[in-house]
Amino acid sequence: MSAPYAKLPLWVEYALIPLINLVVAFLVAGLVVLIVGESPLRAATLLVQGAFGYGEGIGFTLYYATNFIFTGLAVAVAFHCGLFNIGGEGQAYIGGLGVALACLWFDNIVPWFVTFPIAVLAAALFGAAWAFIPGYLQAKRGSHIVITTIMFNFIASSLMVYMLVEVLKPLGSMAPQTRTFADGGQLPRLDWLLSTFGLDIGGAPFNLSFIVALVAAFLVWLLIWRTRLGYEIRTMGASPSAARYAGIKDARVIIITMLISGGLAGMMALNPIMGDQHRLQLDFVTGAGFVGIAVALMGRSHPVGIIPAAILFGMLYQGGAEISFEMPNISRDMITIIQGLVILFAGALEHMFRPTLIAFFATLRGTRDPAEAPAAGG
Amino acid sequence: MDYFQIALVTLEATIRLSVPLILAALAGLYSERSGIFDIGLEGKMLAAAFAGGAAAAVYDSAFIGLLAAIAVSVGLALVHAFASITQRGNQIVSGVAINFIALGATVILGQAWFRQGGRTPQLDGDSRFQAVTLPFAETLQSVPILGPIYENLISGHFLLTYFAFAMVPITWWVLYRTRFGLRLRAVGENPGAVDTAGISVPRMRYMAVICCGILCGFAGAYLSMAVAAGFVKGMTAGKGFIALAALIFAKWKPLNVMLACLLFGFLDATAILMQGHALPLIGEVPVQFMQALPYILTVILLAGFIGKAIPPKAGGQPYVKER
Amino acid sequence: MKNADLGWLRGKHMPSVVGQTNREANGWHMGDLAIELRGIDKSFGAVHANKNINLQVRKGTIHGIIGENGAGKSTLMSILYGFYQADKGDIQVNGAPTIIRDPNTAISLGIGMVHQHFMLVDNFTVLENVMLGAEENAVLNRGITKARAELKRLEDEYALEVDPDAVIEELPVGLQQRVEILKALFRGAEILILDEPTGVLTPAEADHLFRILEQLRDQGKTILLITHKLREIMAITDEVSVMRRGEIVATRETGKTSVEELAELMVGRRVLLRVEKGEANPQDVKLAVKDLTVRDSRGVVMVDNVSLDVRAGEIVGIAGVAGNGQSELLEAITGIRQAENGTVMLDGEPIRVTGEADPAELRKRGLAHVPEDRHHMGLVLSFEENENAILGYHYDEQFLNGPMLNLNNIRQEAAKKAEEYDIRPPDVRLKTANFSGGNQQKIVLAREMGRDPTVLVIGQPTRGVDVGAIEFIHRRIIEMRDAGKAVLLVSVELDEIRALSDRILVMFAGRVVGERTPDATEGELGLLMAGVEEAQEAAQ
Repeated sequence: MSAPYAKLPLWVEYALIPLINLVVAFLVAGLVVLIVGESPLRAATLLVQGAFGYGEGIGFTLYYATNFIFTGLAVAVAFHCGLFNIGGEGQAYIGGLGVALACLWFDNIVPWFVTFPIAVLAAALFGAAWAFIPGYLQAKRGSHIVITTIMFNFIASSLMVYMLVEVLKPLGSMAPQTRTFADGGQLPRLDWLLSTFGLDIGGAPFNLSFIVALVAAFLVWLLIWRTRLGYEIRTMGASPSAARYAGIKDARVIIITMLISGGLAGMMALNPIMGDQHRLQLDFVTGAGFVGIAVALMGRSHPVGIIPAAILFGMLYQGGAEISFEMPNISRDMITIIQGLVILFAGALEHMFRPTLIAFFATLRGTRDPAEAPAAGG
Repeated sequence: MDYFQIALVTLEATIRLSVPLILAALAGLYSERSGIFDIGLEGKMLAAAFAGGAAAAVYDSAFIGLLAAIAVSVGLALVHAFASITQRGNQIVSGVAINFIALGATVILGQAWFRQGGRTPQLDGDSRFQAVTLPFAETLQSVPILGPIYENLISGHFLLTYFAFAMVPITWWVLYRTRFGLRLRAVGENPGAVDTAGISVPRMRYMAVICCGILCGFAGAYLSMAVAAGFVKGMTAGKGFIALAALIFAKWKPLNVMLACLLFGFLDATAILMQGHALPLIGEVPVQFMQALPYILTVILLAGFIGKAIPPKAGGQPYVKER
Repeated sequence: MKNADLGWLRGKHMPSVVGQTNREANGWHMGDLAIELRGIDKSFGAVHANKNINLQVRKGTIHGIIGENGAGKSTLMSILYGFYQADKGDIQVNGAPTIIRDPNTAISLGIGMVHQHFMLVDNFTVLENVMLGAEENAVLNRGITKARAELKRLEDEYALEVDPDAVIEELPVGLQQRVEILKALFRGAEILILDEPTGVLTPAEADHLFRILEQLRDQGKTILLITHKLREIMAITDEVSVMRRGEIVATRETGKTSVEELAELMVGRRVLLRVEKGEANPQDVKLAVKDLTVRDSRGVVMVDNVSLDVRAGEIVGIAGVAGNGQSELLEAITGIRQAENGTVMLDGEPIRVTGEADPAELRKRGLAHVPEDRHHMGLVLSFEENENAILGYHYDEQFLNGPMLNLNNIRQEAAKKAEEYDIRPPDVRLKTANFSGGNQQKIVLAREMGRDPTVLVIGQPTRGVDVGAIEFIHRRIIEMRDAGKAVLLVSVELDEIRALSDRILVMFAGRVVGERTPDATEGELGLLMAGVEEAQEAAQ
């Protein structure tokens, strides 16, 4: 009996267990730091200082977190429907094409606030389009979405190289990237937001996308827990046969969910392209699509969990950069390890400490729970 | 260069490029036929390549390098096994985690130990696998057609290359002609049948996953100690995923795995060769398209347009005894 | 032949003369015990599955273990087969105390088990399945040769014919079961446990199975037959033990007991499933099924040209052995499964049963459906109670504000229903998995009955439901009828069908083979359910 519904207090279920998993992941990461001959404690101090110690650090932390909120939400929405969308990376990449095209067309004609909604729409549309085929194939032909989305990441990568090298690169330029957008293709930074807290953002590209990400998080919460579509998505995810019984059209819900998921992933491209680089470059996603998996797992697929999880990873990205200045043995690849460890402990091994905790709380109460669940069938 | 030469070069490259795919795809075959999905082939291969390159450089021995590659790959496989079998965790999630851990750790450790920007020291002599020249390769050189074919395609490869191709019939034999293979296939289809026959399901699956680790170790060793003379950051470059695609494309059958890997290797080889050359009728095919073709083909297969890829029935689901 | 077929149905045990001489020739003494259990106790968490079980099974007999679903039969057998370890108690096999740690130990003790859900690898051949776990060598060659010979021997000895090279998924269910038996015999089983072996069999296949079992017994094997069907016990066993709520309440010699006594022992009180109900007052036809044919995913015809009518104000019960097409019939009518051809009229209007029927649309048109499997269909166990209270009705404007859910209304409605149907605990925010079986079923019933449907389709209304809730549910179903609803009831519990229905249709092998009034005797219905009537008609 694996007791999936064994009762634990809510705060244990939603706060303590994720916390323990996280702590273990960081302890193992600390071990790696030890192996390369540095002090884990000092690394941790540097990390936190680098990420939160000063205005620019915070700006960068939130800038990275913006990416991860989008991709985390993308993964989470699909999770609710029982779909594992590993394709966030590719969808974000293609979403970048949408943003770039919108900016390239409009940046010289209209001010940024006109380009902005078009770019948001284009990002979402392009990302959604890239998620549509895997979604459609899962819904109509039963093709395993994990595999198809992995394949689509690689296809996206090839496609984008082609687009940048052969199509979008300005004549005479060597670098595979678009021209730099004019002012109409640049999002304003949020200096004022941090300066209200007395912080100087410095050169950090913390920009309007962050607000878009927060709005998206709220909308996702609304969608999943407060709308009919969300109800259908959750029913599909929890029990496809119950969904069929309830007259929920599974193919439709799967496809719509993937469109939303892909759209969210695509919107991630706003942040680096329109908010920071102001041009489309090769590999601008830099793994954010995959970080989304860790963020969604850590945040238990709930926006309230995803935002802090995204900020945590933002901290790792920013603080990690900071550490690498101070500790030559630790590059930003340390984040990749931590990311893997978080996925391992918060995802694949999420139940490892549960039996211990259940036993612990049982003894704490002094009595064993008069348990429920008379399972069917003798 | 005449067409014969071009063909020879292409095929030689095909073999060279398909070897890591064959080893990794066969690795995945052991695991997935036992019911444990493994998208962590890439990570295991990468970690093995690093461990192999590092150990070979330090101990100046290709053999020790190979052992280290296998040990590290098996270690990661055991992590996957612990998460998927013992803890009944999500196998996809565990695979993703392993890929990241390997990706990060190889660079961090490489930099800390060797300080060459994530590379391991250059291998040569005893520390690297050398190509094997089969007998008479040079004497037969002058024989038209067959001579060059023998010299370039059959002779002159690394031991690991011959090992990879030998593993194909061996895997087939193990799978269909041995007790281990019978139980392995059974546990991936209906673990309940295995359990009630008095065989431990976890034990079978652990063994299968260890087999997977060993072969990924060979694949990694091939990359860093045979075709290349040392480990380079991120050197698997998605080969683990192409191997996964090949495994699906082969419908989890050993012989098909070899053919699929040769096909994908061939696509890779021609992509490099064709760069800048126009094809009759089609015109110039973008190299990116050729690189994406294995993935596109796999998606088309998965969509059921060329046969149906039916994975092992119990794949991806942790085994829980029913009451 | 016909006599033999009918014998088991009538509940008369006819010992085989040949068999007895054989047994004597083999030197078996009726007194030797194959299995003795003393004080076996097993709990799963708070569920006390087996309580102080004492059981003696004599060699060379067929010993029946009968009890309702959930009485603890399967748990007991799993302990015997080493799948679980008992918390307390001793096991003796052939007079020697043993500890059965795992199936391996059980196999080496000569215990074999035929599971309710066959433990076969579908894409393996018969030979591969039989060999699995008993391969002799690391390399299969020699094992295959030996296994082939051994299969041939078993085939000859017990008339268990199967093509060793046939692939399991291509064999009919009856033959698959035979492979399970062969597997056990191949491992040298002297004691054979069969867990609900006839659940998936047609009556003809079941009949054949019984003949095989008798023959095995006559050759000296000991057989433990687990079932909840009284007729099987009467037909084939030598002795029978009755289980109730985890305990063995009695052991009888089959020849010296009766169906009535066993039934009473099983349920623990006089079986009186007569629900108080008045005369039916049937009105217009509300559900008309005509020439409906349904195939399952393998292409096998599961519902074969079925026609039936259900009128307002009547309960039409469909009796039948599980797996004779009732489930597929229900699913086709309710739009969950696509039919091959035929028509279904709901209140005079056709349903698109052969196309993509839409269960949601059917609900809007007044078709309520209590599905057979509440865990996988009727409920989402990880949802809060109130979320399940609207499952399938979530499109209803009452529960929506445009595209948004109206949580106030949903929770109020759920709370109202919880009170009305006495759902306990009355906490609509509680996870559904934490309700008991009976209360879970009430959640489904409250949802489906409470919205004034025209037609109510109910599958297995009381499966896995405690006795108290059964009466409640039965009363509600009658109330629905009296309120003028057309009720179509499917149940494998014949008693339930007889107690509730105004008309009884019997399904066999996908067809409706007869219609009877509720006065029909159990024997008469039993014959129909076994397809015997049909065979007789065909013979004439």
